[in-house]
Amino acid sequence: MLKQQKTFLDRLDPGMRAVVSELRGGRGFASRLAGMGISVGCQIEVLQNPAHGSLLVLVRDTRIALGRGVASKILVRVSDREQPDAVE
Amino acid sequence: MQSNEPLKHAGNPTHPERNIVVGLAGQPNVGKSTIFNLLTGLRQHVGNWPGKTVERKEGSLSRDGTHLRIVDLPGTYSLTANSEEERITRDFIVHKEPDVVVMIADASALERNLYLLAELLVLPAPVVLGLNMMDVAEGQGIHIEPHVLAAALGLPVIPLVATRNQGVSKLIATAEQLAREPASFRPVRPEIAEPHRDVLAQVRTLLIEHVPAPYREDWIALKLLEGDREVTDKVQSWLPENDWSSIAVLLKEHEDAVLDIASGRYDWIARMVRAAVMHPSLGQISLTDRLDRIAVHPLWGLLLLLAMFTLVFWLTFTVAAPIQHWLDVNVVEQLQGWLAVTLANAPPRLVDLLVHGVLGGAGIVVTFVPILVVFFTALAFLEDTGYLVRAAYVMDRFMHLLGLHGKSFLPLFLGFGCNVPAVMGARVIDSQSGRLLTILLAPLVPCSARLLILALLTPVFFGNQAVLVSWGLVSLNMLVLAVVGIALNHTVFRGQHAAFIMELPLYHLPNLQSIGHSVWNNTWAFLRKAGTIILLVSIIVWALSSFPGPDVEQSYLARFGQSLTPIGQLMGMDWRMIVALISSFVAKENAIATLGILYATGEEGRGFTETMAAVVSPATALSFLAVTMLFIPCVATVAVMHQETRSWRWTLFGVLLLLLIALSAGVIVYQGARWLGIGV
Repeated sequence: MLKQQKTFLDRLDPGMRAVVSELRGGRGFASRLAGMGISVGCQIEVLQNPAHGSLLVLVRDTRIALGRGVASKILVRVSDREQPDAVE
Repeated sequence: MQSNEPLKHAGNPTHPERNIVVGLAGQPNVGKSTIFNLLTGLRQHVGNWPGKTVERKEGSLSRDGTHLRIVDLPGTYSLTANSEEERITRDFIVHKEPDVVVMIADASALERNLYLLAELLVLPAPVVLGLNMMDVAEGQGIHIEPHVLAAALGLPVIPLVATRNQGVSKLIATAEQLAREPASFRPVRPEIAEPHRDVLAQVRTLLIEHVPAPYREDWIALKLLEGDREVTDKVQSWLPENDWSSIAVLLKEHEDAVLDIASGRYDWIARMVRAAVMHPSLGQISLTDRLDRIAVHPLWGLLLLLAMFTLVFWLTFTVAAPIQHWLDVNVVEQLQGWLAVTLANAPPRLVDLLVHGVLGGAGIVVTFVPILVVFFTALAFLEDTGYLVRAAYVMDRFMHLLGLHGKSFLPLFLGFGCNVPAVMGARVIDSQSGRLLTILLAPLVPCSARLLILALLTPVFFGNQAVLVSWGLVSLNMLVLAVVGIALNHTVFRGQHAAFIMELPLYHLPNLQSIGHSVWNNTWAFLRKAGTIILLVSIIVWALSSFPGPDVEQSYLARFGQSLTPIGQLMGMDWRMIVALISSFVAKENAIATLGILYATGEEGRGFTETMAAVVSPATALSFLAVTMLFIPCVATVAVMHQETRSWRWTLFGVLLLLLIALSAGVIVYQGARWLGIGV
């Protein structure tokens, strides 16, 4: 039923939730993110995504500031319900 | 403080005198230092880890004749060698073999915290888990059954509310008991996910008989698969060429193993907490969410930061300036007077050395303490509530222009109090280049000593416009900081950008004890570094300005200043101002004292400021102030710059860069004013 779309984390609007599907930054990158709670398969919610500057995300009950460079290496799956136009 | 409580399960009575070493581990922001302080009180020793710029804290406590040494390990999210802190923590556990590791977790973000536990359990030390901030978790609607979690993990789990000292004595009693009976430790360890089980076994087989003690093959194999650079380098040096290349092939084939290992750990965590944790349904709005609507908002957050900034400075100077003045008049000057009278029969040179050299230097140190204490208290308060990281997040946009990110804002902000803790505070930055750049930029933040010079001298020369000129000069510093940052970012540090990842912990009520510790640490850093060095160098400057005599105009210092007159003339300054600048190298506020001596008329009741106002033109004054604000860092700051960078080259680079900038600014300001015909 639910169609899922893949996109990069920095393209999501605030308030959207997604599931992390890939980390494209090498081993050191992945292991650093893992310690902060971000791993493949985890839920992530974008709290803020300003045009310039860092994102603010909520993952495993933790608020984390992520630089745009970091967010653009995190591939996520967004379910249909979470498309921007579907968010009130 | 916990020692009177009898042990319920008395341990091995045959070793009542045994020393037990406890490693205190945990992720950042879990209240670990609060617990460390509760356990050890003032029996602490603070230093550095050998060869590292990471703070090492150790403390001790006695329980019924048992001596426990508690080593506070650096806060780390995981144990892969991404940072110096992580290397220190795991090296300590592997090489120093503590009897027990106490891991503190934040109960309100339990799953993320247990990631560190998953890593700890692969290392050879028994672990006790302390669940701190149980009250915060409850407040978030998260309900945890510690005994259910303990049963799942197969290790002791103690609930804690460290801010109210709940559970801490039980935690240490449990740790002591486990240290006495390490054989009883049989935890449920996380296992690697199915697809990589075979390759792990293969790597381990290839490692057999090559891994020296105290390392263990399974841990080394796991870290290899995770791509841990330090372990990879080690193994390469242990193994013969052939064996290493077989491993390298395997690792290459399973490059994605790191993702599975991380997800595998979180799957294990999910299984462990399933029965023990009741999580609220999503969608409820917490206090943190509500406060963050303003605090991290791109516009409101910036305005709030500006308001906080103003408040901190207003508070610092309103509260501390009178105390500082009082100390100066009623303690330092009284002491100087008393010493002069008491030593009336001693050789005059000796009296002069003690009164002006030693007490003069010590006086500067003492009178600066109130300002620093108030400033650091305000800052520690903001930090402890969780606000300061939000400020760092808001500032991240601007810090990016300088090639830094938000985290650098914290140490730079500290620099308004004193540059010494600012340079040391750069330790919070993960990347080597970011840390170095922050250290190089920190001296451009005008410290309280320079702000004081502004407050004192601008009214003398600029009357009504004093506040405007002061703001202008502070802005000049900020502008230069930005320009230097951008320039270095595009030249020396080009392309060296670290990923910005920073946790924003929940807001909470500040804890007085941890604020106290933070203020003490920062002030002590100033006293220890600045105190000793200022004292030493102020004696040297005293000697240079007293010999060969008879008065300061004929001294070595004056001769040196006079030899620099050609440079001074470009900036409109006479030798006295040059000497004042040189003496500001000892400590910025020395500039005032030196001007005081050199422009003194000897007439009673006529201060040096009046003399200066009469003979110094506003253009010269402006140039002098601009140079003072940008001049080379004080000697204490230079000392910590070297200590933190471990490089004389970078330290010298920073000093020379500032010297060049300051002198250029002086020339531009003075010649510009002359050209425009203003204030000459």
